[in-house]
Amino acid sequence: MVTDPVVLQVAAELFPNGISRYAVGGLLVGLGAAVIYVGTGISAGASTFLESTLSYVSGQSRFQQYVASRDWRIVFTLGIVLGAAVYAVVYQGGAWTTDVAWWRLLVGGVLVGIGTRVGKGCTSGHGVCGVGSASKTSIAGVLAFLVTAIVTAQIVAALGVTP
Amino acid sequence: MADQSTDRHPLFIPLVLLGGLIFGFGLAYSHMARPEVVLNFLQFEDFGLLFVMFGGAAVTGVSFLLAPRVLDRAPLTGDRFERRLKSFDRNVLVGGGIFGVGWGLSGICPGAAYASLGIGNVAILWALGGMFLGAYLQGWWRSQTSRADPAPAGAD
Repeated sequence: MVTDPVVLQVAAELFPNGISRYAVGGLLVGLGAAVIYVGTGISAGASTFLESTLSYVSGQSRFQQYVASRDWRIVFTLGIVLGAAVYAVVYQGGAWTTDVAWWRLLVGGVLVGIGTRVGKGCTSGHGVCGVGSASKTSIAGVLAFLVTAIVTAQIVAALGVTP
Repeated sequence: MADQSTDRHPLFIPLVLLGGLIFGFGLAYSHMARPEVVLNFLQFEDFGLLFVMFGGAAVTGVSFLLAPRVLDRAPLTGDRFERRLKSFDRNVLVGGGIFGVGWGLSGICPGAAYASLGIGNVAILWALGGMFLGAYLQGWWRSQTSRADPAPAGAD
C-alpha cells in the first residue's frame, strides 16, 4: 500500500459521502448539456424555463423574447424531471422528501427566481455551461452566488434554524 | 439562434429530451436534487458538490472545444457553434447575489428543483412556486422600467 493515510483522513472529513456519487453525477450533468450543444449549438440553462414558460400566461414584454424557445425548454425540463424519476425508481427505491421548512423553500425560491433572471443565469447556465466555456461573466456570476450562498447558509445555521 | 420552430429537424425535440433525461438523472445521482446536500456543502460539511459543478463544466468545456472543430454546423439546427457570451454588467453581480441568498436559504436552484420533483420530493413545489413568482416579479418590474425608458435593452 502506498496510499498516504493522512490524505485519506482529510478526504474522509471533507467528503463524508465519498466523491464518486458527486463526480459521476456531475459528469452526467455535463454530458446532458453537451449532448444538446453538439446536436443543436444551444448552450442550455435551466432557469430560462421560468421566464419562457411565463410567456404562455403573461403578456409582459420581458417574457416575449423567449417565445421562440419556450416549447423546447419545456421538453428539456420534462426530461430533467423524468431523468431524476428514473434514478428514484432504479436506485432510490421510492420517493424522497426534504425536511427543509416550507417557508425556507418558498422564500428561497422567490429570491432564486428573481436573482437568476436578473443575474442572467443559474448553477447550470453560468455554473456548468458558462464556466465550461470560460466566460468571464459566468465566472463572476458563479462567484457572486457562491459567496452569498455560503454566507447565508452559515448565518441561517448559526441562528439555529433547522432543518 | 434564429427562428427554430419553422424549419426544425425532426430529431431536435427528441435530442433535447434525451439531454434533459441525462442532465436530470445526473442531478439525482449526485444527490444535488436534495436541498440538504446543498446546505451541507454551503456549511462546509461536505465538499462533494464541487465535483458536480466542475465535473459538469469539464464535460461541457470539452464539447465546446471539440464540436466546432469536428462539425461545421450543429446537425439539428444548422447553427454555427458560437460561444453564447452574456454581457457583463452590474446585474450579473446583483442578480447573482440575490440568487445566492435564496440558494443559501433553501438549498435549491432551478435545475436541481425540477430534478427534486422527479425524485418524489413534493415539498419542492413550494420552491418551484416561489421561483415562478420571483421570475414573474422581476419580469413585471423590468417590463415597466423598459417601457418608461425606451433605450434598447440588451437581450441576455
